[in-house]
Amino acid sequence: MDLYPLFNALRIAAISSVIVFFVGIAASYYIAKAPRIIKGILDVLFTLPLVLPPTVVGYLLLLALGPKRAIGRFFLEAFNIHMTMQWWSAIFAVTVVVFPLMYRTARGAFERFDETLADAGRTLGLSNSYIFWHIRLPSCKQGIIAGVVLSFARALGEYGATSMIAGYTPGKTATVSTAVYQLWRTGNDALAVKWVFINIAISAAVLLVVNYLERPQRRRSSC
Amino acid sequence: MLMVDIEKRLDRYTLKARLQCDNSPLALFGASGAGKSMTLKCIAGIEKPDKGVIQLNDRVLFDSEKKINLPPQKRRVGYLFQEYALFPDMTVSGNIKAGMHKLPKQEREERLRELITRFQLDGMENRRPDTLSGGEKQRVALARIFASSPEVLLLDEPFSSLDTLLKYQLIPYIREIIAVFGGETILVSHDIEEVRRLCPALSVITDGATSTIKDTEALYQQIKSQYETL
Repeated sequence: MDLYPLFNALRIAAISSVIVFFVGIAASYYIAKAPRIIKGILDVLFTLPLVLPPTVVGYLLLLALGPKRAIGRFFLEAFNIHMTMQWWSAIFAVTVVVFPLMYRTARGAFERFDETLADAGRTLGLSNSYIFWHIRLPSCKQGIIAGVVLSFARALGEYGATSMIAGYTPGKTATVSTAVYQLWRTGNDALAVKWVFINIAISAAVLLVVNYLERPQRRRSSC
Repeated sequence: MLMVDIEKRLDRYTLKARLQCDNSPLALFGASGAGKSMTLKCIAGIEKPDKGVIQLNDRVLFDSEKKINLPPQKRRVGYLFQEYALFPDMTVSGNIKAGMHKLPKQEREERLRELITRFQLDGMENRRPDTLSGGEKQRVALARIFASSPEVLLLDEPFSSLDTLLKYQLIPYIREIIAVFGGETILVSHDIEEVRRLCPALSVITDGATSTIKDTEALYQQIKSQYETL
């Protein structure tokens, strides 16, 4: 059994989770400070990929990255790089689709943070960045870790946008989800079932981790 | 001398706080929601008044006309929060050290030892705030404030989350801390018994407006005689 789809899906999910971790935290932290109108608009924009069909996300990405489109053509002409149909093309798709999960979980965690703790830190002379890294983040770490794990789980299973922007090339762009579809389509049920069970096992394990992290805590002033 | 003369529009009323406080502790006395905590937050720099002046000796902390608004970090105002606001992810030592993280390491460790002893926290250094009793939390919060060498001390309902018995045990202790501190101290309270034991003078705050500074004992006698004629 060729394990390339698993390896590829894991690396795409891992890279996307790292990107989404930083961007998601930054977005959820700064949106809390934004003026109300901007906040409303950005919140819709950041959450939209969660409710849009992944094929729509894939289509929009192709509009930007396709070889005849603005960004895609630029990279092709300047660096001779095809932005689509590479194994890493899926990272664009997965990152966008998964971003709302990280953003919303992190935002929830930040909103539950007791601002009095930050006030206390400031009266003690602590800089805002010290407060962010040593008080705010640790206080919200459970929510943030849960967000990353959930993003990773969703990233592993992304199909729609991935299939549009990276396609299915065995040994190159194949992932678990695209492999299952191809195997079923070509009548290779025995192998498709194997991949299905691998997928279920990984997802179940990840959800166990999320549940463990989201257990209600006894502590009052942390989130 | 701490001089406060500020205004701030709030939902229910406009806060108009006019206070002066020197080395004798002053109480801000009033019902809950009268603007006591908001006044303290303006002095600490956590909230920004709409207009007015806050001055500590020759240092201007806030002046709306001169557009001066020092951040809380530069005001050197120690604030004891109602629920103490200890950092939940740090140990007792970590909390106290947070108040002096800019000091060189050796000095910091020495100061930490001093404060641990002074506030009777020996043996609790590595405990987390959620494992401490109310009284212990208060001592950690005070140690953390004094670690940051404040020039002003603001006590926001320091006994509100303690039971009555413990409260009356702690009053002499807090009185001594205020005396040793020696700087400007403002106590916020809604309990005249508490105020009487800690502050010789007070200002009554009603719907955001502070009264002229009064003698605590005189007001106490007045309230008491009102009770007796009921």
